[in-house]
Amino acid sequence: MLINEFLLLGAVLFCIGIYGVIARKNAVMVLMAIELILNAVNLNLLAFALRNGSPDGHVFALYVIAVAAAEVGVGLGLVLLIYRNKRTIALDELSEMKG
Amino acid sequence: MLAAEQVAEHAAEHVGWFLDHAFLIPLVPAVAFAIIILVGKRLPMKGSEVGVASIFASLVLAVGVAYQWIERSHTTVEPVIRKVVWWQSGGVEFSVGQHIDGLSVVMLLLVAFISTLVQIYSLEYLRGDRRYTHFFAALTLFSGGMLMMVLAENMVQLILGWEIMGLCSFMLIGHWWEEETNSRAALKAFWTVRVGDIGLLVGTGIVFFGASAFAQESGSNGFSIAAINEWALNDTSASRTVLLWGSVALFIACIGKSGQFPLHTWLPDAMAGPTPVSSLLHSSTMVVAGVFLVARLYPLFHTGLDINVAGQQFNLIAVIGGITIIIAAALAFVQTDIKKVLAYSTVSQLGYMMMGLGVGAFTPAVFHVFTHAFFKCCLFLCAGSVAHSGSHHSFEMKKDMGGLARKMPITAACWIISTLALCGVPFFSGFFSKDEIIDNAHHNGYTVFWIVGLVGAFMTTAYMTRATYLTFFGVARGAAAGVHHDDSHAVAHDVHDTHDVHDANDAHDAHAGPHESPALITVPLVILAVLALTAGYLNAAPFHLEKFTEWFATEGREPFPELAHATFEWVNAMPSIVLVAAGFIVSLFISRGLYGEKAFFLKGITKRSRPLRAGYTFLYNKYYLDALYENVIVRAVAYPISKATYWINQNVIDRTVDQVGLTGQSVGNWVYRNIDQRVVDGAVNGSGAAARGTGSALRPIQSGKVNQYGALLFGAAAIGALVLVIVNT
Amino acid sequence: MLAETLVAQNISFGIIATVMIVGAIRVVTSKNVVHAALWLVCVLAGAAAQYLLVYAEFVAITQILVYVGAVMVLFLFGVMLTRARIGNENDLNNKNWALGIPVALTMFAAMAIALVGGFTDEKLPSPSTAVRIDTQAVSDAIFKPYLLPFWALSFVLLVAVIGAIVLARKD
Repeated sequence: MLINEFLLLGAVLFCIGIYGVIARKNAVMVLMAIELILNAVNLNLLAFALRNGSPDGHVFALYVIAVAAAEVGVGLGLVLLIYRNKRTIALDELSEMKG
Repeated sequence: MLAAEQVAEHAAEHVGWFLDHAFLIPLVPAVAFAIIILVGKRLPMKGSEVGVASIFASLVLAVGVAYQWIERSHTTVEPVIRKVVWWQSGGVEFSVGQHIDGLSVVMLLLVAFISTLVQIYSLEYLRGDRRYTHFFAALTLFSGGMLMMVLAENMVQLILGWEIMGLCSFMLIGHWWEEETNSRAALKAFWTVRVGDIGLLVGTGIVFFGASAFAQESGSNGFSIAAINEWALNDTSASRTVLLWGSVALFIACIGKSGQFPLHTWLPDAMAGPTPVSSLLHSSTMVVAGVFLVARLYPLFHTGLDINVAGQQFNLIAVIGGITIIIAAALAFVQTDIKKVLAYSTVSQLGYMMMGLGVGAFTPAVFHVFTHAFFKCCLFLCAGSVAHSGSHHSFEMKKDMGGLARKMPITAACWIISTLALCGVPFFSGFFSKDEIIDNAHHNGYTVFWIVGLVGAFMTTAYMTRATYLTFFGVARGAAAGVHHDDSHAVAHDVHDTHDVHDANDAHDAHAGPHESPALITVPLVILAVLALTAGYLNAAPFHLEKFTEWFATEGREPFPELAHATFEWVNAMPSIVLVAAGFIVSLFISRGLYGEKAFFLKGITKRSRPLRAGYTFLYNKYYLDALYENVIVRAVAYPISKATYWINQNVIDRTVDQVGLTGQSVGNWVYRNIDQRVVDGAVNGSGAAARGTGSALRPIQSGKVNQYGALLFGAAAIGALVLVIVNT
Repeated sequence: MLAETLVAQNISFGIIATVMIVGAIRVVTSKNVVHAALWLVCVLAGAAAQYLLVYAEFVAITQILVYVGAVMVLFLFGVMLTRARIGNENDLNNKNWALGIPVALTMFAAMAIALVGGFTDEKLPSPSTAVRIDTQAVSDAIFKPYLLPFWALSFVLLVAVIGAIVLARKD
């Protein structure tokens, strides 16, 4: 197997995730796209772990999974709060940060 | 992991209890902060006693450290370095400890001393404030952060102290956040400094990787300050590029923190905080942190930025310092708010310190930090005293002050002594430090900066004379004349809480007119004024007193660059003395003309003369720098891009549509329906929408839409990555 | 024998990768939130299978447990609690959704050029020569050199738990 197979797969997933973050309006969908990005990173970490024969990649892949879980928890908490206050989770209607 | 394994570097050498335990100095305020936050409200004095006591304890410890350091300096000036491993990760040990040398001893003493006086002053000034406890908590932690930074053993610890200060300054400037201007000022201060802080992180990173290999030979790593200095000075194989960019990045942090041009705009706005905060911020903490960082890593900056290289007339530090001196002094002329005059004066004096470091006048620059702290702190506290008891909480010199010298003799006397010191009048402390900087600039061959220093001295005298005249002499106006006007017009920052209290507490608001402030305010003033008069004699070159150099000099020990020194001669000091005198006379003449009782041809001159009015407006708008940041830069970025997108939209995409449309028709209905209508048109509409989207997203770049922010972020990252990739292949 | 395993690996990689890419595209294009979530399950499970191919068994199992087991349930709860319509929704995309295409393509171009130019046809170690990282090695790495990040992570999780409760609580 070529190492590039994994790395390119990771790159494809990463870019699809970025497209999702930019294109999606629904906040839950944006969170899903972020999960794609995180998984793409993990794929790279593990491919390099195999290449270098070191456990570091595994360790950080696990850390990424844990952080992702925390991120989804807090992210959905925020989404719920926004929904409760605004009755919508469409991101382009939340423009309080408009300068 | 967190085991306190004492690194026994100087274990054999006995240096005295205070020097060994200097790390307690920042620790005491940090603990006090926790106590005040947790139980402060239940204490009899609402937690303020804990704050004052802890800072006083720090002062005692600092005095002990200074005493033992001076005792020791007869034999050796090796720094006292103690450290324990804080944590380790991935093979790098992060330590925490103390790096005590002359520089840190001076700063410890200074910070602890000024903080003590400011806390005592605050006891009265903020009495009855609704966030009294939080104020003292933040003030205590603020001092703790600065003390921590000053004795930091490594860059990580230094960043920690630096950031604690940034956070506390945010809390203190925005202390009265109910008023929107205050909270905006706090945010502005925070973000402007953060812009510089990026430089600190990047610079620390660059230096860490640059110095690591060299530092590992002596058993430390690239975060250790001692190792960085040694590396910068002694490692001949060190890359010039790494040194250059490391010091440039770190200096950007100093520009932000020390309010140097062009990031000085936050400092005058920071006046929104309570006056004690301003005085602490502007004299010995926060803004001095940037100067301190340059002094701390002086060997790095010296080598990295080519200071004192023969034939080099300019270097980054001196240029920035020089520009700051002139533009800040010019701005001070048009301020009507007494605190803003002082703020710009601070910016200008910080410029002197930076310029001093930039022209190789290390000890004079550090000495200027030392003397400046006393008189600037005194000036701010005087301004606070005037507002507290003289002008009914207003800081407007033109509206509410004037003729206060008779009503508030102690405050006026302290102010005048400090002003004389600030102007560099001979035999006051400012003279011995500022003149040394100017003199050394001349001696080291930096002619341009010598002239800049002289012009700066002239301007300093002129604007301080104006401020003094407006405040303490001439006719009494507004509140100073006892007029009890509506508070609504008072833009003053301190009207808030002090008021409620005064209404409740004393007959003050029944308004007996201006009077002298109570003892808790005047005693710190007098102490500071005495020091403003005498502190200079620690290093008075004209009288061959060089105790400061002897006790605290970092120069002359390894590793430190060789620096040349000017020897004092009255002839060399004459230009600045003459200019100071000239500044005084000219400014007094003009001030009397503009603000005095009698009608005078100068009155209203800025309204009558067109060029003068233009100059005034230009200065009044602070060179339009704020407008530049907020409008011009954002627009300059946004407009061309949206124009370009529009052009592409009109010329490229539209034509493509036409072409494809024609082709589609000629190929046939089926193709037309399926390919043109669905695919191409969809794509065109999509890209048209994208182009319009880009345009409308960029014109007011803050659209508030998260997706667009994301698109901008990722788009910029993608293009940056693509450029990097293409360049490297 | 060796060649056969490699062929088998390559084939399975190809199949799983295809499924993942299709799934990922469906996640970001689907007009139905619940469908998108189910396609996401597909991608995550595929990722777990890929982890097995690079001998990361422990991570693969964790991926299944945490992602497919827990995170997906969270997502479905999120969908349910925000009352997304179960049927199709036409306005799931932004007005400026097309902006995502050039950005993603540029990003992919940058990465593809760098990867193809950098690793050309470098091979991963074959099964006989690869250093197998077993769970014990992973745990040794976590609890020795990377203990501090582990602690930091524990704090992050704690904060996330408290934060999620505070955010979602009604009062």
